[in-house]
Amino acid sequence: MRELKLFLGPQHPGMHGNASVHMFVEGDIIKKSYLLPGMLHRGFEKGMERHTWVNNISLIPRVCVVEPDINEMAFAMGVEKLTKVEVPERAHWIRMIILELARISIHLMAYGGLGGPTGNYTLMYHAHADRNTILNIFEKITGHRIYHQYIVPGGVRKDLPIGIEKDIHAFLDDLESRYTEYRDLGVENASFIPRIKDTIMLPEEVVWELGVTGVGMRSAVNKPYDLRKVMPYARYDQVEFDVPVSDYSDARCRVDIKLKELVQCIGIIRQCLEKIPEGPVRVPIAPGQSMRWTVPAGHVYACVESSRGEFGYYMVSDGKDTHPYRVGVRGASYPQGLLGIEKYLPGTRIDDAALWIDTMGVCSPEIDR
Amino acid sequence: MSKKYRIVSIFNPIRLWKYIFKEPVTIPFEDIMTKKNAGYLNNNSIIKDKKRLESSPREAADNLRGFHTNDWDDCIGCATCEEICPTEAISMVERLDVPEKAGELQQRPIIDYGRCCFCALCVDTCTTGSLKMSKEYIYANTDPDAFLFMPEKTWQGEDVKEGWVKDEVSDLLDLKRVAMEHEDPKERKSSFVEIVRGYSKEFAKQEAARCVECGVCTSSCPVQMHIPEYIKSIWEDDIEGALRQIYETNPLPGVCGRVCTHNCETSCAIAVRGEAIAIRWLKRYIIDSAPTDMYEKILNEPVSEVIDARVAVVGAGPAGLGAAYYLRVMGYKVDVFEEMPQAGGVMRYGIPAYRLPDSAIDKDINFIESIGVNIKTNTRVGKDITMEELEKDYDAVFLGTGFFKPRALNIPGADHKNVIGAMAFLPQVREFERGNLKLEDIHVEKSVVIIGGGDVAFDVARSATRLQMLKYGKSDVKLTSLENEDALPAGDDELIEGSEEGIEFFCGNGPQEVMQNKKGEVTGLRLWKCLCVFDSGGRFNPEFDKECEQIIEGKQIFIAIGQSPDYDYIPESLQGKLEFTRGKIKANEVGQVANNEWLFVGGDIFRGPDLITGVADGHRAAQGIDEYLYKKAKKQSASDRIQDMRLAAKHNTPELTPKQRGIK
Repeated sequence: MRELKLFLGPQHPGMHGNASVHMFVEGDIIKKSYLLPGMLHRGFEKGMERHTWVNNISLIPRVCVVEPDINEMAFAMGVEKLTKVEVPERAHWIRMIILELARISIHLMAYGGLGGPTGNYTLMYHAHADRNTILNIFEKITGHRIYHQYIVPGGVRKDLPIGIEKDIHAFLDDLESRYTEYRDLGVENASFIPRIKDTIMLPEEVVWELGVTGVGMRSAVNKPYDLRKVMPYARYDQVEFDVPVSDYSDARCRVDIKLKELVQCIGIIRQCLEKIPEGPVRVPIAPGQSMRWTVPAGHVYACVESSRGEFGYYMVSDGKDTHPYRVGVRGASYPQGLLGIEKYLPGTRIDDAALWIDTMGVCSPEIDR
Repeated sequence: MSKKYRIVSIFNPIRLWKYIFKEPVTIPFEDIMTKKNAGYLNNNSIIKDKKRLESSPREAADNLRGFHTNDWDDCIGCATCEEICPTEAISMVERLDVPEKAGELQQRPIIDYGRCCFCALCVDTCTTGSLKMSKEYIYANTDPDAFLFMPEKTWQGEDVKEGWVKDEVSDLLDLKRVAMEHEDPKERKSSFVEIVRGYSKEFAKQEAARCVECGVCTSSCPVQMHIPEYIKSIWEDDIEGALRQIYETNPLPGVCGRVCTHNCETSCAIAVRGEAIAIRWLKRYIIDSAPTDMYEKILNEPVSEVIDARVAVVGAGPAGLGAAYYLRVMGYKVDVFEEMPQAGGVMRYGIPAYRLPDSAIDKDINFIESIGVNIKTNTRVGKDITMEELEKDYDAVFLGTGFFKPRALNIPGADHKNVIGAMAFLPQVREFERGNLKLEDIHVEKSVVIIGGGDVAFDVARSATRLQMLKYGKSDVKLTSLENEDALPAGDDELIEGSEEGIEFFCGNGPQEVMQNKKGEVTGLRLWKCLCVFDSGGRFNPEFDKECEQIIEGKQIFIAIGQSPDYDYIPESLQGKLEFTRGKIKANEVGQVANNEWLFVGGDIFRGPDLITGVADGHRAAQGIDEYLYKKAKKQSASDRIQDMRLAAKHNTPELTPKQRGIK
């Protein structure tokens, strides 16, 4: 049979971000594939060296478009570790609310995103409509829908607007009431299950080989490895939540875990809204005006649990300049996105490629940073 | 997941019908269009039904970071927004139609919305709070250039609602000044120890870190010091660089770091909402912390005579020393004539040591002398050497003799021997501090009254307090002025520190009579309440309320209502050729006297009223003298380095500040 060369992306409804998967197919089976990054290489890491510590907050959210807050959080945590700044208590809780709302938003987007390549558009519309409600909440809190630029070194940029708790509660109640409906539309949907069950496998040895973290790892190795539990940041040690796990990682199982995490997120946000204290929300990280803030010399690795796994910033400061000496980003989807596509995508069918990328949680700007 | 499929009812999908009655969460395209954009889209096929265009557009959240608005009345053109912009979307454009004001630059930001990322850092760092973001978030135009525009108070000509506005939390500036340590009022009252202790390195760096480098201060400084540059050098811990920056524009930094009137701090952009950068104290920090070998390193750089022309400078005060320094740097031979035993003028014989110790003056003057300026003390022009001789022996003469004669007060009893002028008293105080006079030689009574509200009046009052403490162990000093407390000509520090030291204030009152008892001793001062100091034409013409009278007790009265010049040293033949307005000599912008091109004037006798304006006059006059002499003088070939220094001295010549041009 003749071998055919195909591209998935950079412009394709099933492609997540501006990357391209270069596939060699025989019939409808992928024989060889590799990722073509560079479609949106904006030199984030290098760019950060040329921006001051404060200016960087406008650049870092772009490392992951759909879930920008983890970038802000990891960056802020790193700077705070270097400067030894104590973040106000209230800011910790606000940060958790933002991060968990963002986690709901990206899980909904990933779940709804399954609808695109599978033709299940009802699921996609519902998920995106709910994500839109979260974006409205973000707009009220942070002033923007996508690039929030809200979590900054030293706290958050502004206090929560008055009455936002009502909006959040209303949304959480609505989402919770429709949880079974979401399951029925996707993971429990008889017409959908054949596309996702027992396919797109992620065996345990592949997890260890590639260094997959997050949902991918938890679904395969049956261990609740979650940074919020094992190395708690913010105030995650003061809220109760479970980490859903499984020992059989097919596409359906991974999506199922994402849905179960939604329930945990709802619980965490409710606890946050209950426990959040009053008080200041920001402290300056250094004396003087922001363009002359310097950070003591040193290097630090700060990581958070993103929706796709461990997401970290390694930062070096020389102590003299107003900008980082070096920043390195550990994109959570780097292992499966760059290496996994090359090694484990072959063998699946063409129409599974988009599902593979979605359920593995690939975010291309993380790879192209 | 043992079961492959879950059996569900065939009617299950019917439950989704409930969404028929639910409001859609997405927003129709028409609803986000504003009327302005709708106009643009009228010709577009997307919207055909015009009625729908009138639907009210979706209102954004209160915090939204939409398009900018900038209130031009508040904006001072400091360019901090341009500085912080991470995407370089903001640039400053000169707008000469903006009215010229002191403490404001004639430029406004223009924003390229092709680059703007709506991060609102510009809003958070705006010094005045004039830059805000609106709730407008849609703008459509077919012309790409239309996306580069200057935000104004309205957006596209219409009032809009405010979106993201900075508050205390999001503010990126540091509005609070690093506290300066002062001597304790109780301690300092009994000695002439300098009050302000000065910044340590750590605190100076912290204070320097507050500066936004806008340069508004430079344009308001009479000598146009490179203030942002030297503050940046402090922040970078580069004292040598800072020292070099300072000496390009001001040869008396040690003095100015202590007693300058600091117009720079008044106009500081940070002062619009917070406390101004302590520019004066930072300058003092540079001078205090620069080690001698650093001075020597700068001193050893060549300043040598390359121009065969001689200039005489009369008076070694701020103006005279300023002129002498720059003339010397430009390559002229300079002789300075000073009647007193030590150079410095008002700095040496007027200002008390608790504000300006001798060591600071010595450091500055030693530097000026070491580059080759020849200061001849104890030489009074008109007595030891005549003006005619100067005119004959020198190619040009600069007069900077200042105002040293006390201005008289015409009230009954003012001729009493216990009524003393400030400039008769202050030199005695300084001589006492130096140990040249004994306490018994200075005449200070147990209770004194000072008339005047300027810096000199406070110098007298606070010096008298100290002398009384030393002499009698307690102080009783009262100060009365025509102006109210909030309009005193003296600096704010003086009022605060003066009251800490126990001075009683009777501001807003005019003196009417010196009260005497039958023995002919002074017993007090009769005051009438002052209704206004200036008349409607802006001339000095105080009005009093006779009904509101009070008598304050005091055995001695000091008059500090200003000084006047002493022109005795100028021969009458020359005086006849000069024009005087209110005691000042009329001259052109650089201080050159009409019809006497060899004669230049500066300082109090030309422009006044403060020390730093004197230095500026000196610098401008040096430039004028150079213009006048350079062509006719014999020149030796100069090395490149000397040419550079010469050009730098010329290039940095200060322009008149907006304030000096009469712009408020």
